[in-house]
Amino acid sequence: MLLSPDERGRFGEFGGAFAPETLMPALSELETAFAAAWADPSFRRDLDALLGSYVGRPTPVYRADRLSELLGMDLWLKREDLAHTGAHKINNTVGQGLLTTRMGKPRVIAETGAGQHGVATATACALLGLECVVYMGAKDVERQRLNVYRMEMLGAEVIPVTSGASTLKDAVSAALRDWVATVENTHYIIGSVVGPHPFPWMVRELQKVIGEELRSQMDGSAPDRPVPEVIVACVGGGSNAMGIFYPYAADPTVDLVGVEAAGHGLVTGEHGASLVAGSPGVIHGARTYMLQDDSGQVLEAHSISAGLDYPGVGPEHAYFKDSSLARYETATDAQALEAFHLMASTEGIIPALEPSHALAWIMRSRDELAGKTVVLNLSGRGDKDVEQVASLGF
Amino acid sequence: MASEIDSTGAEGLGNLFAAAREDGRTVLLPYMTAGLPTLDASVRLFEAMAAAGADGFEVGIPYADPLMDGPVIMEAGERALAAGTTVDGCLEVVSDVVSSTGLPVIVMTYVNPVLRMGVDRFCVRLADVGAAGLIVADLPVDEAGPFLEATRTHGVGLVLFAAPTTDERRLRAVAMAEPAFVYAVADMGVTGTRDEASDKIAGLAARIRDVSAQPIVAGVGISTPDHARAAARHVDGVIVGSALVRLVLEANDADDSARALRSAVAAFAAAVGD
Repeated sequence: MLLSPDERGRFGEFGGAFAPETLMPALSELETAFAAAWADPSFRRDLDALLGSYVGRPTPVYRADRLSELLGMDLWLKREDLAHTGAHKINNTVGQGLLTTRMGKPRVIAETGAGQHGVATATACALLGLECVVYMGAKDVERQRLNVYRMEMLGAEVIPVTSGASTLKDAVSAALRDWVATVENTHYIIGSVVGPHPFPWMVRELQKVIGEELRSQMDGSAPDRPVPEVIVACVGGGSNAMGIFYPYAADPTVDLVGVEAAGHGLVTGEHGASLVAGSPGVIHGARTYMLQDDSGQVLEAHSISAGLDYPGVGPEHAYFKDSSLARYETATDAQALEAFHLMASTEGIIPALEPSHALAWIMRSRDELAGKTVVLNLSGRGDKDVEQVASLGF
Repeated sequence: MASEIDSTGAEGLGNLFAAAREDGRTVLLPYMTAGLPTLDASVRLFEAMAAAGADGFEVGIPYADPLMDGPVIMEAGERALAAGTTVDGCLEVVSDVVSSTGLPVIVMTYVNPVLRMGVDRFCVRLADVGAAGLIVADLPVDEAGPFLEATRTHGVGLVLFAAPTTDERRLRAVAMAEPAFVYAVADMGVTGTRDEASDKIAGLAARIRDVSAQPIVAGVGISTPDHARAAARHVDGVIVGSALVRLVLEANDADDSARALRSAVAAFAAAVGD
């Protein structure tokens, strides 16, 4: 089981659980509970039923004909933007929501950056009758107001976080601080493949449905079902990327490319490229690549997209990087914006700013990708970003 | 103030608890973030607390993302970092505090600054500046191996935690590691002041005593002399943090801070000594 974490939650030298002792028993309880649920056919049946009739899975794959022609490749989109609530995040929250019910905890907390995970968590909690509190950086509350309204309509309480840079990192920290005090009656639905063990493993297991579906949808059995040669996904914490990469990780014929946020450009230091431009350290309970200074202080990230504005990354991606199971690239704010507009005007699909980074890398790499079958994980739709993009003068 | 007994290294910490046990008293270990109100004035706050009856100190190296800390110590860290406090600067403060007060100093930080310097090198530096111990807030016993080894090699005491949620299996793992002391987390939640005294410390301390002979020090949420008096009955030492840090955040300058700390620490010391 090379690709699963070991009993200490390690992916190679990454991962683990660096958390206050108060949380450690809850983490091990969670590991046991999830392992039991995941092996329980009735839990899987309940989850599959919800993923089918509520979330809308399987999500389609769509051949982007006009973009393919324009870019000179065979470009397909895995349409996670069509999942309920508009992003892949719901795969994880419905699963962890069911788990919360199974563990008998009445209260859920979550962090959110772009608001997609917060909305997906609030949705799952409304569906399952759970109390829901979402921590969101005050800066993100401003730039993603629509999602704040959505969470509140769904019955969640949104708490703006003003520490640090008031973005996703600070929201994760605030959620962890809440959890240290409330762990006995509260489950923390973390939004990505980050955090202490067992979160990176559990969230990957709940998100790998994306890649598993893709394998059966593009299995080479017919001309309109070609096998992917390259799979591209954006990486903030990295859950959509790990969800689509993992089922292909042992397959040497498929190139996996994760695209991080280069923000204003790597040279400016204002970016979110933990894997490409960071170094190993411990952030939010896991050893992974992160943005830090010489003293080991966490540095602020920057990205136009709130979902990629994060100075860490899931530890399994760190392992994928160091063992060359995937490669990691970047796209700047400006490049992502250009890709956002191109997809909207060429395909009639407004993408979220996060996967726009993945498309931006594809656009930049058209020579390398010429004639290849490329799948872009379209992890979310861009409704949430319309106001922000419009304010930039387009 | 320097006493004749060596207060540095793990031995210094051992001496402190041995002497206190002999006298049948509980020690008071105030926490203060290094670099407050400024790096230069920092040592004066410790001198004031020593004069008021502190038995040793927990000196916090400010960290940008302190998961175990509540709003008061978070703000203290943000202020100290904004004022340019570095790990090196904090270690100088430790060195000054050790030489000027002669009391044992335990350095408190998070995993990442230690990893960044290298666990072994960090412990060498601790030993060089005369630190007695090391507390790493996000280091559970499961990940403590390299830290135990390095602290032992360099004669510094590593502190491990036990929380109200810690089960017997984990308590035994903590006991097996023979930490310099067991930090008994007196209340659920992050550091910060509370209105009510913890009702968890007596039970937790008893469970720790069942498996470990190491000293037990209670911390988290001990906000008033009454809280400290109640906790002191069950443990070998009491850590008071946010209640003191808050005085410094509210003070106008170093003189003001020192004055406020002197009277607060005197009240805590009297309560712990009751």
